[in-house]
Amino acid sequence: MRALDPRLLRRTRSARPLLTLDTMLGAACALAVLVQGSVLALIVARAFQGAHLRSLWFDIGLLVTAFLARGALVWGMEMAGRRAAWSVLSELRLALVEKRLRTHPIATDGTDSGEVTAVAVQGVEALEGYFARYLPQVVLASIVPLLVLAWVAIVDLESALIMLLTLPLVPVFMWLIGRYTEQRTRERWHALRHLATHFLDVVRGLPTLRAVGRANDEAAALAEVSERYRVTTMETLRVSFLSGSVLELAATLGVALVAVTAGVRLVSGSLGLQAGMTVLVLAPELYVPFRRLGAEYHASADGIAVAERMFALLDAPADASTPSTRTTPNPARSAVRLEQVSFSYPGRTGPVLDALDLELAPGETVALVGESGAGKSTVAALLLGLLAPTAGRISVGATDLMACQADAWRRLVAWVPQHPTMFSGSVADNIRLGDPAASEDRMHAAAALAGADDFIRGLPDGYATLIGDGGRSLSPGERRRIAIARAILKDAPLVILDEPTADLDPASVTLVSRAVRRLRAGRTMLVIAHRPELVEHADRVVHLRTGAAVSEQNRRAA
Amino acid sequence: MSGTVRSLLALGEAPRARLGVGVLLGALTVLFGVGLMATAGYLISRAAEQPAVLSLMVAIVAVRFFGLGRPIIRYLERLASHDVALRVLGRVRVSFYRRIEPLAPAQLDGYRKGDLLSRMVADVDALQNLYLRGVEPPLVALLAGAVAVGAAAAFLPAAGLVLAGGLLVGGMAVPALSGSLRARAGRRQAAARGELSAELVELLRGAPELVAFSGEAARLERIRAADSRLVKLAQRDALATGVGDGLGLAVTGFTVAGVLAVAVNASAEGRLDRVLIAMLALLALASFEAVTPLADAAREFAATRAAGQRVLELTAGGAAVRDPDQPAPAPCWPFTVALEGVRARYPNQPRPALAGISLSLRPGERVALVGPSGAGKTTITNLLLRFLDPAAGRVTIAGRDLREYRQADVRRVISVAGQESHLFSASIGDNVRLSRPEANDRDVEAALHRARIWDWVQALPNGLDTLVGEEGRELSGGQRQRIILARALLADAPVLILDEPTAHLDPSTASALMRDVFSAAGGRTVLLITHRREGLDLVDRVQTLPPGSAGIPGHTARRRR
Ligand SMILES: Nc1ncnc2c1ncn2[C@@H]1O[C@H](COP(=O)(O)OP(=O)(O)OP(=O)(O)O)[C@@H](O)[C@H]1O
Ligand SMILES: Nc1ncnc2c1ncn2[C@@H]1O[C@H](COP(=O)(O)OP(=O)(O)OP(=O)(O)O)[C@@H](O)[C@H]1O
Ligand SMILES: [Mg+2]
Ligand SMILES: [Mg+2]
Repeated sequence: MRALDPRLLRRTRSARPLLTLDTMLGAACALAVLVQGSVLALIVARAFQGAHLRSLWFDIGLLVTAFLARGALVWGMEMAGRRAAWSVLSELRLALVEKRLRTHPIATDGTDSGEVTAVAVQGVEALEGYFARYLPQVVLASIVPLLVLAWVAIVDLESALIMLLTLPLVPVFMWLIGRYTEQRTRERWHALRHLATHFLDVVRGLPTLRAVGRANDEAAALAEVSERYRVTTMETLRVSFLSGSVLELAATLGVALVAVTAGVRLVSGSLGLQAGMTVLVLAPELYVPFRRLGAEYHASADGIAVAERMFALLDAPADASTPSTRTTPNPARSAVRLEQVSFSYPGRTGPVLDALDLELAPGETVALVGESGAGKSTVAALLLGLLAPTAGRISVGATDLMACQADAWRRLVAWVPQHPTMFSGSVADNIRLGDPAASEDRMHAAAALAGADDFIRGLPDGYATLIGDGGRSLSPGERRRIAIARAILKDAPLVILDEPTADLDPASVTLVSRAVRRLRAGRTMLVIAHRPELVEHADRVVHLRTGAAVSEQNRRAA
Repeated sequence: MSGTVRSLLALGEAPRARLGVGVLLGALTVLFGVGLMATAGYLISRAAEQPAVLSLMVAIVAVRFFGLGRPIIRYLERLASHDVALRVLGRVRVSFYRRIEPLAPAQLDGYRKGDLLSRMVADVDALQNLYLRGVEPPLVALLAGAVAVGAAAAFLPAAGLVLAGGLLVGGMAVPALSGSLRARAGRRQAAARGELSAELVELLRGAPELVAFSGEAARLERIRAADSRLVKLAQRDALATGVGDGLGLAVTGFTVAGVLAVAVNASAEGRLDRVLIAMLALLALASFEAVTPLADAAREFAATRAAGQRVLELTAGGAAVRDPDQPAPAPCWPFTVALEGVRARYPNQPRPALAGISLSLRPGERVALVGPSGAGKTTITNLLLRFLDPAAGRVTIAGRDLREYRQADVRRVISVAGQESHLFSASIGDNVRLSRPEANDRDVEAALHRARIWDWVQALPNGLDTLVGEEGRELSGGQRQRIILARALLADAPVLILDEPTAHLDPSTASALMRDVFSAAGGRTVLLITHRREGLDLVDRVQTLPPGSAGIPGHTARRRR
């Protein structure tokens, strides 16, 4: 990632006015510095010549005013720059999240949610300095030194030339900074990403680690990783700090050279004290913009490294079907067909599904059975448009599913996944995911049909009990029944149930199979199941064999 | 120093000698800058009197010395302080982990995963600033400021006085103001970041369902809200920074003007050589480098404290389940494992998850535990692993209460294939080997074989090295379960607990698997928790748990209807 990557610059569009203001304030600030230095030199020179304090009050007042102006300008720069940066950052963050959510709901590209979170939270935040300070500084670093040189040249041309001589050190420093910072930040980013994904994994798996008695090993591993990180970071820092030191050297050498030559010329009388003093005070200012540029680059280097990953995520081709404008046929009236559908997961050799044909006629209930790992859940994901077939097509009536508007299609499908997720919120919120507008009564009825009403009423706050991430834990069987209630409430023409009775006790299984029978009327259903109770009710049973096609076995439901 | 800061410093103590070196180098950096400007100012002024060039030699050498020396010292200083910060970070990380580890799972239940992640990564990361921002800069400012004031006072006491006043205001009042502006925002900022992270983790994990149920718009709205809260707080932070930097410059201006005024006055009255006016003014200007970082440091420190509070808050209560002071020796096989009239209640729950349950597993006995979902079967597992202590009754091994043993000893003799055991984002081999790291590939293979998944693993191009993805997401439901089972089988503990090992398997695979597992179990005690018929023919007895207390009121209500 280059420091001035066009993709990053393009993102600043909405913030341009504020950034321009920021830069203008910066330039004004540089002018104030020049005034301040010149006035300081003037005061010193006049005092040297014996001027009384009485006659200097105006100049001293001017000096203080210059400082106050700088203070106000710095304040303004901070406010404008940060405000600009945050508008860009919010946009980036939301674009990233939305992109992941809509086009990679099932992350088959091996991107951990810990990583995406790290990019979207810390990574984006690390770019704050880049937009707020680095970008304006790029402009300032090309204006302010010229301003300083011109001012000094007016006062004393010879000193300006000496200062100009020290400038070639700047490219050396730029080279150093670019070369080593890049490497260092990539390592830092790797470390951060590793920490985020690893810690999220540990946070989730801590009970398991403790159960197998490995929790202590983790502490040792952590200490080792931290120490290794310190050693490699220090190695790169040793080189990368050199860049800052080179510039610092340019600055101090510049001051020393100017001071010594000015001193010698003062002795010979070819230079006045006021001029000499002005030059001395302003000499360090020549390097300040470069030093600040370097410092800001260092400060936002993490962000720049993350930006690379961020744009890779933002520009990744979609996994899932993407929105389009075609209207979607209703699966209650049109058949849903998988025609010669193949699918393989990236990173796995060999297809999971190989030229699969499957038809769900309107109103039909099909049981999909097959060995564990045969690809049953994959079929469900394909039907939902969460994954796109690698070959073949899925159609609803005469329309290709991939050409349908994804949102509209999914509104017609209810789904109970194999591992249902409870979202942080109340039990009612979780069931209402199926239909946010549903009345209390309908919601309770759906829960009752799923066999969940009883245990929900037994929870501390009934339907208002907070569950999900950070809320009360539920047993897997309890969660599954809530997921079934959610699907029932959705009241969609196509229903996909993935192992709806796994981890349910026999009594609940009876309840759920009764619910399935009730739901059949007027709906197309795909039931993925191992258990005979559910398979019995199907109009048709489809056997899925690993990798290969399907054998069908027609039989009437009981 | 407040209690928070003290406890935070205790989390990751910095090596004192290194810290001292950092402070010394930091002060020298500032002083070399002061020296450079002061001697240069003197040089110019003195030269204006047109003395012999030779008489300027000392000043010329001093200017060059300070000019060359400063970048070198600064370089060393930056290395030293970063080294300290990284060392502290490593220590904080490990000690934080050690403190939260005993809290899992029960005491971490109320926290959202993304929030915990944010505490572990962002907040802990912020603690490296404790020394870099909280300890070093004030010490550097004190040291360098004192020397600069002393030097000024040596030439003109009044100038020293003015400078001291200016440095005090610039180094204390301004940072205090800027820091307090940030402090309130800082606390909320860390919380807001945690919230954003929690929303993100949850959203990404539940993405398939959110999208399928068209619930993503509402969740994105929550993320947008969390983001805009962060933006608002950042603006407060910008205000604090602007105020700090702006006021810092104002104070510098007044101080330099003041020093100039007293110097000019003294020179006019003949108390000060006129060549020293410039020197004093430039010395004053340069010495503010000692205090300008303090405003920034105070702000960062405020944020660091806020982050630190979040870290400490998590570990404040200490672990509920603790090892005894004088643990009993590890239980010696063969032994009986038993629950005697156990009542168990999860923290903050009004109703018990188990009420008055007794269960005894004699050595080598095979028992199936069945009962409705929510009856508390998994809770029994949690009790046996001491993730939860009973509210009444006892859980015993070899007749002794579990609480008399060291937790590690208990977990060593009990191996669990949990209903919700976690698969780490690593290879299949690593995940299985977790229960016995020293196991060789042959043992791992055998365990996978018994779990009826070796054939599949073997056929994978990368075999055991195949990655399972986050939470095992890249495996099918049944594959995940069998890997977890293989892990438990590998552990070689005398007591084996299988919680729903066949829930996601077809009947024929399930019964074959149960046969294999029981034949592999040999003389081990086995507790099989299941809703299915497979395996029930292979156990010595079946124990049924009554419906969970949470379900009872509902049940009766339903019957009556
Ligand atoms: N995200 C993924 N990345 C890579 N491979 C995957 C992924 N998800 C599933 N697979 C693989 O694809 C195959 C089919 O998985 P799928 O979940 O569809 O099986 P299934 O028939 O539902 O099995 P089960 O009955 O065990 O749930 C399995 O071999 C699995 O390992
Ligand atoms: N961490 C927890 N905090 C609070 N309550 C919990 C927690 N875990 C489980 N429970 C509750 O305790 C009761 C027993 O749960 P448990 O998981 O032991 O049931 P189970 O018999 O294993 O059910 P399943 O057959 O569905 O696995 C349930 O009502 C459940 O909601
Ligand atoms: Mg499946
Ligand atoms: Mg359970």
